[in-house]
Amino acid sequence: MKDKVVSHLRDRITPPGRVSRRALLKSAAGVAGVAAGSGMVKGFPTVWAQNIKDVTLTHVGMSYSTIIDIARQATKELGFKVEMAVTDHPGFLNRVTTQPDSVDIADGELWQALLIVPRGRFQPIEVNRIKLWDKMTPIYTKGTFEGKPVSRQGVSPIKVQYLASAEAKGLAKEPTEWATFVPGFYNADTLGMRPDLITRPIQHWGELFNPEFKGKAAIQDIPAIGIMDAAMAAEANGAVKYADKGNMTRAEIDKTIALLIDLKKQNQWRALWSTFDESVNLMAAGEVVIQSMWSPAVTAVRARGIPCYYAPLKEGYRGWGNGLALMRHLGGIKRDAAYEYLNWYQSGWVGGFIAKQGYYVGVPETAKEFLTEDEWGYWYGGKPAKGIITDPYGKPMEKAGTVRDGGSYEDRFSKIACWNTVMDEARYMNEKWNEFRTA
Amino acid sequence: MKLGIPAKAVPYLQAAPLALVLLLFLVLPMMMVFVASFFDFNMTGLVPTITLGNYIDLLTSRNTFALYLQTLKYALIVWVITLVLGFAIAHFLAFHVRNTLVAIGLLLLCTVPFWTSNIIRMISWIPLLGKYGVFNRTLLALGIVDKPVDWLLFSDFAVIVAYVHLFTLFMIVPIFNSMARIDRSLIEAAVDAGAGRFRVMTQVVVPLSKTGIALGSIFVIALVMGDFFVVKIMSGGRSASVVMAIFEDVNLLFYPPAAASAVVLLIVVTLIVSCILRLVDVRKELTG
Repeated sequence: MKDKVVSHLRDRITPPGRVSRRALLKSAAGVAGVAAGSGMVKGFPTVWAQNIKDVTLTHVGMSYSTIIDIARQATKELGFKVEMAVTDHPGFLNRVTTQPDSVDIADGELWQALLIVPRGRFQPIEVNRIKLWDKMTPIYTKGTFEGKPVSRQGVSPIKVQYLASAEAKGLAKEPTEWATFVPGFYNADTLGMRPDLITRPIQHWGELFNPEFKGKAAIQDIPAIGIMDAAMAAEANGAVKYADKGNMTRAEIDKTIALLIDLKKQNQWRALWSTFDESVNLMAAGEVVIQSMWSPAVTAVRARGIPCYYAPLKEGYRGWGNGLALMRHLGGIKRDAAYEYLNWYQSGWVGGFIAKQGYYVGVPETAKEFLTEDEWGYWYGGKPAKGIITDPYGKPMEKAGTVRDGGSYEDRFSKIACWNTVMDEARYMNEKWNEFRTA
Repeated sequence: MKLGIPAKAVPYLQAAPLALVLLLFLVLPMMMVFVASFFDFNMTGLVPTITLGNYIDLLTSRNTFALYLQTLKYALIVWVITLVLGFAIAHFLAFHVRNTLVAIGLLLLCTVPFWTSNIIRMISWIPLLGKYGVFNRTLLALGIVDKPVDWLLFSDFAVIVAYVHLFTLFMIVPIFNSMARIDRSLIEAAVDAGAGRFRVMTQVVVPLSKTGIALGSIFVIALVMGDFFVVKIMSGGRSASVVMAIFEDVNLLFYPPAAASAVVLLIVVTLIVSCILRLVDVRKELTG
């Protein structure tokens, strides 16, 4: 496997036209591994095989995407070392901007690119060095899904996918040769609820504000995301009208926060949660019956034998996504290894692994090769499971006959209403959010 | 051994290592924070022009005062409770336990919870205080309430419980230390002179424990003023603190306003501490 990678990398960096040397290298590649120790063959191939072995890539991102199993598999298949470093949203932004050299692959959320790109921390990814770029989901590469435009409220992928030039301090509105990142995981979020405690159907985001759930509702305490859930609910109720939920004016922020404060005074909010675990515990303990939630949290509640439903709502989903960017300092062999890793990332193993967590990847069709027909049907197709569905580690998760909440990949992504965001008025928003907290 | 160092230089040399450490790890970073607080900023980064804008924004925002009010309220309540508890426990250990070894043993017992992490000690309150937690189940079972009480968790009450649990020891130890140095014959003399328990307490024990009380108060108040995590978790995001606002700014890389806010907080805490130090000359009491 290592030889394959080595020869692959070498093909890339050998200038065209130097056939004789390339042929020589090719024949040498087979013995390179053996020769490395024996000292019989001196020169380029040995050095290369040694160097690539010595490369360590540090992949930094949030807990849901920096999974150690991915690093292990990559290390096994690629012949150089990949390490995962877990951080949280604020930690990620601060590390990438203030300690850029401690990161090689930056796996952040789409909206974070808006803050990082102008600071010049990423290097442009040459699109033609990403083998499967043409097969990449158009949600990212074209801003469309099944031929129709995807919502541009909030930081939709297409707004941050491309860089204007190789100098890369500005984003491009249209596709260019330089990508900010290759697609990472993405999903569509909605409200989670306890179907045993709310027996009637929940079909609108507005239910989050329904006094029926007084003292039993929660939203997330991450202002950038919480405000979007609040906006979805406020808009559904007709309480506030937005020109663009993803980039509100001060007046729109004021109105939304006033609404949240009003609800707080009426004791609507049991809590505001800020970590994944908190949301799971709130729901599982019955403290809360309806709240904004992330998809694996719903699974985690169900894993405790407590019913939890990830309700598909009429107004659509709040989308989010990640991207894997290359840091500016990468060069030479390390950059080659990084490209190799990005290509491997899209080649299917990762997609198959993470599908079982409910997330989607850049090239779904490669993920399919790493899923059984039943798994593919359940996770992507929205079909009833024929057998037991397991999590990424093989632990049984759902019984035969279960259908995934929200249905198929197509059902979800044709109904994205907005994306996680950072607004122009982000600072004002933070301040108002603190007002909501202290109110 | 003669090193040929002039006698005058010796104390300076002795102080130099600590001075160097403080300079590098305290003064220098503080200076950077101070400088950054005057920078302008936008979404793309710092703009190195000098502005008072961050301070003007901060001091004209109603939110700032709400946050300080909230934080000071926590600090005051926690200070009172930890002071009463800390004083009572220290008094018991110092005067009621006759054997010094037993007293020190009991004091060490107080530190046992500190063998676990702060976070674990705080979070372990959640299953106790929750809507379906231990306390609520007990109250329900005893028929004291007929539906779960929900102000136990995710409330100011929960925040204060956690603070008191986390910080009381910082009050006990310095007060115990002061009380242990009180000469027992002073109390005997007071009693011989006809003082009752109350007068002994107010005119002998309390004045002589002032140093400990002052030190404990500084610890507790500074800890509460500088916290955001306990508030965040125990209030369930329903309350906030000054530091939480700083944290939110840092989250989105808005360093200059966060720096300005940190400078203001530093000034406020310094003022509080210097007030306490004006009331009690800690240095004199410690050496005297």
